[in-house]
This record gives sequence, structure tokens and C-alpha cells, in this order.
Amino acid sequence: MKAGSSLLLGSLSAALVAFALTSPRVVAADKVDPAADAKAFQNFFFQKFPNVKHEDFVNGPYSMNEDMKRQWQEKEEFPPYEFALDAGKEMFSTPFKNGKTYADCFPNGGIGIRQNYPYFDTKEGKVVTLELALNRCREANGEAPYSYVKDEMASLTAYMAFTSRGKPMDIKIPDDPRAFEAFENGKRYFYTRRGQLNFSCASCHVQSPGQRIRAEILAPALGILNAMPIYRSEWSGMGTTTRRLMTCNSQTRAVPLEPQADEYRDVEYFLSYVANGLPISGPGARP
Amino acid sequence: MKRSLALVMLLASSFAPAARAANEADYKVAYAAAEAASKEAAGMRNQWTTTLSTLAAAKKAGDGGDFDRAVTAAKEAEALAKGSIVQATSEKNAWKAMEIR
Repeated sequence: MKAGSSLLLGSLSAALVAFALTSPRVVAADKVDPAADAKAFQNFFFQKFPNVKHEDFVNGPYSMNEDMKRQWQEKEEFPPYEFALDAGKEMFSTPFKNGKTYADCFPNGGIGIRQNYPYFDTKEGKVVTLELALNRCREANGEAPYSYVKDEMASLTAYMAFTSRGKPMDIKIPDDPRAFEAFENGKRYFYTRRGQLNFSCASCHVQSPGQRIRAEILAPALGILNAMPIYRSEWSGMGTTTRRLMTCNSQTRAVPLEPQADEYRDVEYFLSYVANGLPISGPGARP
Repeated sequence: MKRSLALVMLLASSFAPAARAANEADYKVAYAAAEAASKEAAGMRNQWTTTLSTLAAAKKAGDGGDFDRAVTAAKEAEALAKGSIVQATSEKNAWKAMEIR
């Protein structure tokens, strides 16, 4: 009897010690810590691809494959996004009917600010992407909003990205629980499997960058938005971040969400924040 | 021998359950079930493209009076929608296993 009680007491004590040791770790793992997440995210890619220069990750599949990189470098002499860039520059400086321009809606006249988007708007309590800010600017000045996936939006963002080329991504997360929640929601969206093919964003861009999916080489998730918007040969045209996210969804046989859905805004916030410090390379060109 | 074989075949065919052709009522029941599951998946923001296309195929077959095909497609659409619901439910926590830490 005594031996039995001692055994029971011993087991109980061991269980309590084990619980005490493990529970703080569980709490720590569930705490939202964007800085730690970004560090872990970057380290994962830096260690997985030790031969890739850190600033080269923003060049997507070209950072993973030397042959493709050489072809792309030659293509960059007459880049396919050049028409969109020129159109975007003209659109950006053309006044609205009320005489104002896009420059009136943005800090620093909209020049060299791409690296700060998306940002968390503490008044609205939501993430604001560059595409959303551009359409809000249009609407505030009596103009109809542009489609989030088509040419005009891609041209405008191409020009704005170009004025920020080389500047390190610099996304802030204010000390606001809603901002942390948006970051966490974006992270959840990024890792959640969806569609009949049961793929998450991470299935391709974390687990398999550098590998082929059919004829394409998958880009690493690190810095994947730094090159947006992009000219895709597959699309025979330009595409925005919204277009890229919606296409990814349909490729996994998931019905895309509405453009600028909270989930898309949040995942853009997450992916941009974890790429902090890496240069803006947009507009980009992809196969 | 030949006669007994023919008799066996005749008996077997007479006892085999006849496959009943689906009617409009069967289609309506199957379609309603598929539509309800599809709406639930959409409410979870996890609709599959194949659910919608299969549901549309069921409707097209039903509207054309091909109820066998319509019921088969509706049942497939329901199964797809239920798959997406299971996926959305399990991913509420399962996503954490993929996270880079």
C-alpha cells in the first residue's frame, strides 16, 4: 500500500513538474511576436539556400536557378514591363478632373514610398495596401476606382515601385492589438491549406522553392512581394499583388476571395513584414 | 448442361435488383443537399472551384431532364463541398504545424 502511494505521489509530482516546464513554452509559442517570426522566416531561407545572396531573394525564381537568371538579366535590357512603367508615370502625373493628382494623396508626393506599403491604419483598424490606397485616392477625388487586377492598377503600382527600387522594405507594426491580430491572420492565411489540391501558400513557396511545378520554378516566399507588380509571360501582361493572390487560389482549385478581402490585405502585411530589410525590386518580370 | 446454364442465367437475371432510373424528385433532393453543403463551405470562406463547376453540371443535366447524370453530379458536388468543410475545420489548428519557427 505504502509503495503504491509513493508511486502514485511520485508520478503525480513528475507530471506536475513536466506540466510546469512545458506550459510556459506553449504560451510563448502562441504569443504574437512579429519580430521573432521575421527573424525565423529569414533564417529559414538563408540557411536553406546558403549560396543565394540575401538581397537576391527578391528576384524570385531567378535567385534559384542560374540559367533562368541569365535569361532574365538579358531580358531586363528591354524589360516587358516598360510599357506599363511609362503608362504608370504618365497616369501618375495626369491631374484628376478636380485638378489634383495622386501625389496629393501620398506622403512625399508618392515618390519612393512603396517600401512602406502595406501599412496598418490605426484609425480604420485595418491593413491598407498600396492598391487600396490608390483607389481610395481616386474615389476621394471623384474618380471611379480601377480594377484591382488589371492594367491601370498594375501600371500605377509599377511606377511607384520603380521610384522605390533598391530601398529596403520597411513595414511597421504599431503597438496596437489589432495590428498584431492582422499580422497573425495573415500568417494563418499563408500557412492554411485550401482548395481541392490541399495546398497552402507555404506548400509551394516555403517547402518547395527552387523546384519545378510543371514548367515553372517556384519562387521563395521571402521577398516575393518586393517585385510586385509583375509582368508575367503566362498572363501576357502585367498583374498586381491582388491578381497574383487570386491566381494562386484558383491554381489550387480554391475559389478566390474578393479583391482586397481582409485575408488578402493581412497576408500581404505578413509577407511584406517578414521581408523587411530586403530591397524593393518591382516592377518585376516572371515567366 | 447448356440448358441448365441458361436456366441459371435466367434465374440470376430475374433476382438481380433492377437499377431504377433517377427522377426529378431524386435530383431535387440531391441538388438541395449539395447546395446546402456548398453554402456552408462558402460561409467558411473555403469554397472549391470544383464544387461550383460540378454543381453547375448537375443543374445543367437536371434542366435538360437527364436526372441520372444530374443526381450523380449533385452527389459528387456534395462530397466535394463536404471535403472543403472538413479541410477548413481541420486547418483551424493544423496550419500551425507548417509554420516556420
